[in-house]
Amino acid sequence: MAANHVPAPLVAVRGVSKVYRRGRQRVEVLHHVELDIPQGDFLALMGPSGSGKSTLLNMVAGLDLPTDGSISVAGRRIDRMSAAELARWRASHVGFVFQFYNLMPALSARKNVELPLLLTRLPAARRRRHAAIALALVGLQDRAGHKPGELSGGQQQRVAIARAIVSDPTLIVCDEPTGDLDRHSAEEVLGLLQRLNRQHGKTIIMVTHDPKAAEFARRILHLDKGTLVEQSPP
Amino acid sequence: MGRAAKPLRTMAVGLLGLLVCGAWLAWPWLMLAAAAGLVPWLLASPRGRHALAIARLGMASIPQRLGATSVVVVGIAGVVGVLVGLLAMAEGFQAALGSTGDDQTAIVLRAGANTEISSGLDRAAITLIGQAPGVQRDTHGVPIASAEVVVVANVPKRSTGTDANVQVRGVGPQAWALRPEVKLVEGRRFRPGLRELVVGRGAQTQFRGLTPGHSIRLNNQDWQVVGVLESGDTRESEIWGDAESVAGAYRRSVFQSVTVRLAGPRALDVLKAALAADPRLRVDVETTRSYYSKQSERLTTTLRAIGIGVAAIMALGAIFGALNTMYAAVAARGREIATLRALGFSGLPVVVSVMLETMALALLGGMLGAGIAWAVFHGYTVSTLGESFSQVVFQFQVRPALLLQGLQWALAIGFFGGLFPALRAATVPVTVALREL
Amino acid sequence: MKFLPLLLAGLLRKKTRTLLTLLSVAAAFALFGMLDAVRVAFNAPQTVTGIDRMVVASRFSIIQPLPYSALNRIQAVPGVRSVTYANWFGGVYQDPKNFFPNIAVEPASYLQMYPEIVLPRDQRRAFLGTRTGAIVGASLARRFGWKVGDKIPLQATIFPRAQGDNLWVFDLVGIFHASVPELKGVEQQMLFRYDYFDEGRQFGHGTVGWYIVRVDDPAHADRVAKAIDRMYANSADETKTESEREFQLSFAKQIGDIGLIVSAIMGAVFFTLLLLTGNTMAQSIRERIPELGVLKTIGFSNRAVLLLVLGESVLLLVLGGLGGLLLARVTLPVLGAATSGQLALAMATRSWWLGLGLMVLIGLFVGLPPALRAMRLSIVDALAGH
Repeated sequence: MAANHVPAPLVAVRGVSKVYRRGRQRVEVLHHVELDIPQGDFLALMGPSGSGKSTLLNMVAGLDLPTDGSISVAGRRIDRMSAAELARWRASHVGFVFQFYNLMPALSARKNVELPLLLTRLPAARRRRHAAIALALVGLQDRAGHKPGELSGGQQQRVAIARAIVSDPTLIVCDEPTGDLDRHSAEEVLGLLQRLNRQHGKTIIMVTHDPKAAEFARRILHLDKGTLVEQSPP
Repeated sequence: MGRAAKPLRTMAVGLLGLLVCGAWLAWPWLMLAAAAGLVPWLLASPRGRHALAIARLGMASIPQRLGATSVVVVGIAGVVGVLVGLLAMAEGFQAALGSTGDDQTAIVLRAGANTEISSGLDRAAITLIGQAPGVQRDTHGVPIASAEVVVVANVPKRSTGTDANVQVRGVGPQAWALRPEVKLVEGRRFRPGLRELVVGRGAQTQFRGLTPGHSIRLNNQDWQVVGVLESGDTRESEIWGDAESVAGAYRRSVFQSVTVRLAGPRALDVLKAALAADPRLRVDVETTRSYYSKQSERLTTTLRAIGIGVAAIMALGAIFGALNTMYAAVAARGREIATLRALGFSGLPVVVSVMLETMALALLGGMLGAGIAWAVFHGYTVSTLGESFSQVVFQFQVRPALLLQGLQWALAIGFFGGLFPALRAATVPVTVALREL
Repeated sequence: MKFLPLLLAGLLRKKTRTLLTLLSVAAAFALFGMLDAVRVAFNAPQTVTGIDRMVVASRFSIIQPLPYSALNRIQAVPGVRSVTYANWFGGVYQDPKNFFPNIAVEPASYLQMYPEIVLPRDQRRAFLGTRTGAIVGASLARRFGWKVGDKIPLQATIFPRAQGDNLWVFDLVGIFHASVPELKGVEQQMLFRYDYFDEGRQFGHGTVGWYIVRVDDPAHADRVAKAIDRMYANSADETKTESEREFQLSFAKQIGDIGLIVSAIMGAVFFTLLLLTGNTMAQSIRERIPELGVLKTIGFSNRAVLLLVLGESVLLLVLGGLGGLLLARVTLPVLGAATSGQLALAMATRSWWLGLGLMVLIGLFVGLPPALRAMRLSIVDALAGH
């Protein structure tokens, strides 16, 4: 009998819980979450505020550690890493896109994109080339010298995406990437993410509260009060 | 506003600010009077009251900005402290020398010698000078004149333990009558012809072994200290002995100077004329007051110049610090200020309130600095090398005038440091200010 | 350094604030540069030339002369290579305010004793050959606009002429330079001939102000000094022989503890500076917490972020401080010119290194609290903005 060979998921979340202590209160933000994210997936995480979607995202991206359970990314248990190891791991495995772009205002677009590469041993010329490629991919090569203050909201977010992909990460993680953009710019950005996923095979996890944004993804998961509630097909 | 206009306006404001500061430093009382005219405006007029209200809001938020606020206060305190300290040193030095000498006594030196130490008068000259008209005589008809020899001796200093120069003055028998301000406070006077010394109080505090009963070595001989004198001037930095004994010990055949008591208000001119007319004498005559004030001039001027120079640079630094702090303060309260302006408060109350706040901080810093300077420096005794190559003992004099000068500088710094932020607060377009947050 | 743009980005975020802080730092270090030059000036220069020279003066008093007869006796002391002598003249040129040292010397042996006085050969010959000749340093000549061939009149204050008047006239036959910049002070003096002086003066014939001795071996200087002083112990001409440096220092020490005053002022200045830059850095980091969070998400380790903040702080101090030192370097000669050479100070190399060290130290000290804070930032909290 032919075995249905399902390749191991890129991200495996097993029984993950997260508890915060606020003074004497225990707040359980995530409750035994089980999740598989295959390679090349474009996943949208939705849910009301306080549902724990950002917390889950932060765990998968190696920014936070679960109180319970395990998370494996590309075969490595990231919940077992020290802060320093996680930093190194993030540098080569994760690209992060924030709601408020978080570009360095005093650096040009090109220099902002090069930022992750400063952590590598690449010489300056190679860094510049990678940054140029990333900027071209997001369609902003002719704005490379501009500072964030000279770019529109949508353009800034695209620079942020370029920064997220410049070191060719395993995973791209987006937290409300279109939360601060107008309709048109939002669609530009989401279309770019979709292209990255479909044409370049990038695995993307996106947290959003906007159902229209979620439609750009391959699948949508809902979180409510710390548990995955349902899966809706695209 | 056009792009070129803004820097121009900033420069114009800067120049105006400098002019006001200059006027304040030059004519403080005038400016204070002008400022006093502001007070009724502040208290009575509506805009004045707005300004006070905004200022009060600002002061209330200071606890949240303690770090930045302390920068202004401490920075200005430092400037004032250093300024007052250095000027007090100059003041003290000048006071020590300035109080030495008066218009009733004159000093005669060899022509061309600018200090006693470089002068030389032989015995014949001394006799002639003593006999000259214009010199007061006592009840026995003896001229009240003291032929003196001044030498420099090496005695170990208390503070360093190493030798320093002290001035030894051999005086004539009339010296005590000549200088009534010199009082023997301990022990007794030296006896003529003997190796005995009376030390000045200042010299006693600065040098080792100058107590009655002890002896010191001068030119390889033992001299006994028999008394202590006080005078309130540079005499206290000296050691007195009998002129003939000192001259003998140092193998001097000439004396350095003759100090005489003048017979009356016109006596100086009479004396000068008589001495000039005598072909056997080549001498210079002047009152002791004039002589001693010249001695202090060079060092006092240098000290004052250094004091002001150093304080000026520190003041610049303090201005930059104040600018930084006030810009941040204005930015932090940007929303409040913008709202007020949107509500209709005009720019002037905003400017005035920021200036009030800055100057209040500056005043605080100034008082802190002045207080520290007074506590640390006033009365502090030091000695330094005087014109005669020997130690002159003096005290730092932190006079009220100096403290006021320090406060003056503090307020000037506060004014200049508050001007630009105040302007910024009042002129940033309201919509921009509201949006920036 | 590839991280330099990142450091600069941090500083350039709020240009006005950074500029004002830089200016404050520059003001502080400009003051440091100038005051340290004063302190260095009061410490006699420590150079190789002069290490084998000693001064023999009267032990009793600076104004007590020594007999000329001592010359041969001192020369005869074992360990003494050469001896010369000098006498302070204290003459005034036009105005007492125009003070400069003028000294009567024995030309040939004095010039040999002081190789740092560089005189062209023909001028040297002129000096040795002209009784009324005098040589001046280049700085002094510049100050009064003197040229070789000028007649220089000095009014005596201590030594009137045998004729009874005070006017001594000298012929300027040479202008000398200092051999090295550290010893430029030597150019402030005027030297003329002892024989002209001794014959022309009214009193004090046959006495000299002090002797200068060169020893064969600096290691034996102490022994030689004691031998000379022993020769004149308990006599009417007791001597005190000490190294030239000690002799110069003893004057500085008598003026006062200059080092203490300078340190006190700089202490106050640097304390205020610490407060100011500390405040700036703390403010700056507080505003950039989300950015620091971003850096950490990108993969900058906690240690890297600590180093970045420290680096920014040190950069701020070094940029401002170097600017200040440069300002001092430029201002000092102007000051010297303005006071007609009276306040001629130069910045020593040592001051630069000391200043640099202080900049780094202050930068580290000031940057440490915000750097530690940045290091300990939890990424999640940082991104959320606290």
